[in-house]
Amino acid sequence: MAERNAMEMAEYKWPEPERRRLIGKRISRVDGPEKVTGRAKYTYDVNRPGMLAGKVLRCPHAHARIVRLDTSAAEKMPGVKAVLPLKKVGDEILWAGDEVVAVAAVDEPTAEDAIRAIVVEYEKLPHFVLDTDPKAAGERVRPTAEQVEGDPDAAFREAEVVVEGLYGASLITHCCLEAHGAVVEWEGENNVLVHVSTQAVSGIAGQMAGPLGVPAGNIRVKQDHIGGGFGSKFGPDSWGIAAAQLSKMAGGRPVKIMLERDAELMVAGARPSYYGRVRVGAKRDGTVIAWESETWGTGGIPPTSPLPLPYVLRIPNQRKRHVAIVTNSGPARAWRAPLHPQACLLTMAALDDLAAALRMDPLDLLLKNIELAGERADVYREELQIAAELMEWKKRWHPRGDPSPGPVKRGLGVSIHTWPGRGHACRCDLTIHPDGSVEVKLGSQDLGTGTRTAIAIVVADTLGIPLEAVRVRIGDNQYPPAGGSGGSTTIGGVSSAARRAALDALDQLFARIAPLLNASPDQLEAWEGRIRVKEDPSRSIAWEQACARLDGMPLTVRGENPGPGELTTAGAAGVQMADVSVDIETGIVRINKMVAVQDCGLIINMKTAESQCYGAMIMGISYALYEEKIMDPATGRMLNPNMEFYKLAGLADIGELVVHMMTGEKYDRRGVIGLGEPPVISPGAAISNAVANAIGVRVPFLPLTPERVLEALAKKGGSHARV
Amino acid sequence: MRAFEYVSPTTKEQAVALLSSTWGETEILAGGTDLLALLKDDIVRPRRVVNIKEIAELRGISFSMPAGLRIGATVTLQELLDHPDIARHYPALVQAARGVTSPQIRNMGTVGGDLCQRPRCWYFRSGFGLLARDETGRSLVLEGDNRYHAILGNEGPAYFVNPSSLAPALIAYGARLRIFGPRGTREIPVERFFRIPKSEAEREYDLQPNEIVTEILVPPPSAGMVSATYEVRQREALDWPLATASVALVLEGQRVRSARVVLGHVAPIPWPSPEAERALLGKTVSEEVAQAAANAAVQRARSLGKNEYKIQLARVAVRRAIQQAVGGGARR
Amino acid sequence: MDVRLLTLNVNGEQHTLAVPVCKTLLEVLREDLHLTGTKHGCELGECGACTVLVDGEPILSCLALPIELEGREILTIEGLMEGGRPHPLQIAFAEMGAVQCGYCTPGVVLSAKALLDRNPMPTRQEIAEALSGNLCRCTGYIQILDAVERAVAWVRERRLILEEGRS
Repeated sequence: MAERNAMEMAEYKWPEPERRRLIGKRISRVDGPEKVTGRAKYTYDVNRPGMLAGKVLRCPHAHARIVRLDTSAAEKMPGVKAVLPLKKVGDEILWAGDEVVAVAAVDEPTAEDAIRAIVVEYEKLPHFVLDTDPKAAGERVRPTAEQVEGDPDAAFREAEVVVEGLYGASLITHCCLEAHGAVVEWEGENNVLVHVSTQAVSGIAGQMAGPLGVPAGNIRVKQDHIGGGFGSKFGPDSWGIAAAQLSKMAGGRPVKIMLERDAELMVAGARPSYYGRVRVGAKRDGTVIAWESETWGTGGIPPTSPLPLPYVLRIPNQRKRHVAIVTNSGPARAWRAPLHPQACLLTMAALDDLAAALRMDPLDLLLKNIELAGERADVYREELQIAAELMEWKKRWHPRGDPSPGPVKRGLGVSIHTWPGRGHACRCDLTIHPDGSVEVKLGSQDLGTGTRTAIAIVVADTLGIPLEAVRVRIGDNQYPPAGGSGGSTTIGGVSSAARRAALDALDQLFARIAPLLNASPDQLEAWEGRIRVKEDPSRSIAWEQACARLDGMPLTVRGENPGPGELTTAGAAGVQMADVSVDIETGIVRINKMVAVQDCGLIINMKTAESQCYGAMIMGISYALYEEKIMDPATGRMLNPNMEFYKLAGLADIGELVVHMMTGEKYDRRGVIGLGEPPVISPGAAISNAVANAIGVRVPFLPLTPERVLEALAKKGGSHARV
Repeated sequence: MRAFEYVSPTTKEQAVALLSSTWGETEILAGGTDLLALLKDDIVRPRRVVNIKEIAELRGISFSMPAGLRIGATVTLQELLDHPDIARHYPALVQAARGVTSPQIRNMGTVGGDLCQRPRCWYFRSGFGLLARDETGRSLVLEGDNRYHAILGNEGPAYFVNPSSLAPALIAYGARLRIFGPRGTREIPVERFFRIPKSEAEREYDLQPNEIVTEILVPPPSAGMVSATYEVRQREALDWPLATASVALVLEGQRVRSARVVLGHVAPIPWPSPEAERALLGKTVSEEVAQAAANAAVQRARSLGKNEYKIQLARVAVRRAIQQAVGGGARR
Repeated sequence: MDVRLLTLNVNGEQHTLAVPVCKTLLEVLREDLHLTGTKHGCELGECGACTVLVDGEPILSCLALPIELEGREILTIEGLMEGGRPHPLQIAFAEMGAVQCGYCTPGVVLSAKALLDRNPMPTRQEIAEALSGNLCRCTGYIQILDAVERAVAWVRERRLILEEGRS
């Protein structure tokens, strides 16, 4: 038996290409039909009997102290069921929009009236929201220790070319189309039911237990579908806790608090701004030898951490300094690939400027230095070549500054990126029912990435049954716990756990069926709806008949990640190129085409993998050209907490997009690697580089608004600046 | 949204009787795309909302020669776009309406509503009033972020920009508004409808609280007239223009016999530019002449600190509108 | 509070209900009629997630008052199925991967339906223009365009087959 176990252990791997009927193919989302018919339920759609409307009174000032708080009038209003102060007199408020009082009432208008009836007096305190200049920030800077590798001073002396540039990306928000929020109700004294829009179904109860004073095991968390998270929906949030407390005060009636759009943009998370001065030193042949960066930026009150610089390419000699600027801009949260898009921009733009100074094609400069990417250098080399072909780079690239006549200048840019993406800790229960149907349960969530579909693909392929025979149940914390969907860890986690569960279940089923087929269990395989003897496929039994042998008892097996066999690893590599047109009279940038070439190890579903790349490129176009959380120096408030001036790219703003996923044995053998984040990293850098290539000058900061493009052109001078 | 009383009169006389003579007490509802947003943002708090879409005579488009064009105030932007005579004779109007890129908004928003919509100034929309002052009386626009604010007519105290898409084109065509109130009907040029408020008590247009815009009258196209609207807009998705220009030129042979040049989104009112018009009169439109007119249009423009770039955009809009009108030049 | 008894024609069914006049169509659809396929997005008419069709044309239900819509035909995503069968657009969206998180999907599908009803053979540019009032954050614009084109092709093929059958 010991020998057999060892053999089983060796079986925990992904099937060979010829054994994949579903894995890696283009499979439509299993929940597509629900979503296109409007049947899919999101937290915002939850409508519970007796439900109360919850609203939050928010502080209008960016920095203030509460000197008076009187909720008595609101409490007395008919229809108001609970009033819960979230702050008290004397408390200091550190950003506009922070929560002060929550109320629950019979309907929204009544709740709004109650909010208006609350009297709060503030002592306004000085606020600060500027983040582009650390010298203007006075005492609000928080320096971190200088980091040095190699001998940067000697390297810069040795360098034959040194370029220096200023780059950065403004504060932006997540702007989930479904706002943050929850519907919470008490069932008796000690049990709580929570519907919440979350990226971490299994993680919510533990975060609510303390504040609510009930055991985590008594908190039931549910979510069918979520309308976007992008890193901003991992906790119950203060308003989720408030909804629970209001419900308790109202005798357990369900309380729904979904953020209004302005609150969503003001307080439900932002990607920190980062700016930096970068010096790069190189040999005349383009060999990069020295890096120096001084960075700053803000994520509100908690200091921002240093960026992973220089990005991807490990330049041997470096010196890095970072100062965080502490501002009243509101809370920051993880935003799809935290720190990477900013680090990528600072690095890839600096290298692009170096290439321009050397009169080199930046693609050649990257290839020249690609060994600095370490382990993944060969992947980047291959990807850069494929991207160049898809973009016709060598034919179309021109040195910096499009010499063609007319106001519209065209240019190309390139960038590379990386992301770990190893699968998270995850458990799942797989049940084979005697009727042959299969259920998989886990406390995971599908952010629209196709998690349900991926699990179904893995299980169906492993068991040799059709996709439709597998029912995936997620979105409930009564199922085995699965990690939160952050860091592109979900696909690796859920697919590995599901694969192990399915393999183990199959082994158990084989053990029952083997005697019927006069074979030993290890001689069996599951293929196309039958269990058969590998050496003699004519000896087989239909899947349903095999399952009927379970004696009426469903077979349930637990699958886990991590576990035996290396089914998921880390280290996705990707390349993107952008082709833009810039109207130098208006400063308006249009995307003609973008190319993404991406590796993510073994691909479970080609269709949803490509979707991630398309979506990420568009999100990238959006933050590269349009998005900015505009903070007002006068009031300290966000000036554009709406979708009118917080601008997202529309369908006619994106140009042609080309996605190429890397496939083949070399990629398959690394197992599954997450993909949600990697392709959103490079667009900012690739587009910024393309704009510089088009107009002949660097526009330092994203988004590349007309204002910033014209300013850069004016500084460059010459006839481009004015018409 | 706060509660209000809703009424839906079927004649303009009834409508006027239902409107209060004091601002703030009642609001007119047409397409609702602006009013509902104002209500939700608690910027207006009427006790009564008067729907004017059931008033038959506020509807419809008619065109004939030599009478010209009549557009009912509740005609939607989409109806305007779908009308063959407008497409044929008034390209500047069609191009302006097309700039509202959301079909949903075009299906709901009305021509009258486009003229009467309130400014998009982010301080106004946050409840700081039309003149955007804080409790100490200082202008938030000057102290704060004015990247989308006025570059012309911005001597103060108003710094917002007029948001109308159609007004510059209508003014360029010499259109007039018919307004109905307690004292009957009056008619004024669209150009004179807009004004720069001097105090928080004033509105940005010449309308009494109990008056309604009933129709828009556009003169017939003159022989030799060419016209165009050019918008500088960052996105193709629904997006406010950063600067626009509408021009209507009457050409005699190659020469400009008369010219109207009106800028949008650059001043608290749609901004006619007599300077640009003078630069065009009597000239044959060349790139240099268009450029001279564009430069003249922004001669008096000044930055409030963060909107310098809009001067350049206004200049480009004027030049490109002129070039587009005469059939050449860069089109976006 | 001004509350009226209204009869609304939603998805071909008459619903009579008491509605405060200040309640938007979006809220009435979702809260009173439990048609939650129409989504809350930006609330101010910028994102298009709340799009429904009124007499075949797309409007924003977050900016519409139900009292104005008596006697009009209101179509929500729930009413798009014909005889229990999904509309070609729904099939195409599901099959082409045009749905990611799915939150913008109902509004996008309805805007596309209005386009196809008016113009059965739109160009890619016309599709893009017709969907310019709908924002997606995930964002599936490329697959959305592909899906509408696929639905156009299906409808056209089906019509050709029907015409052949007749001739």
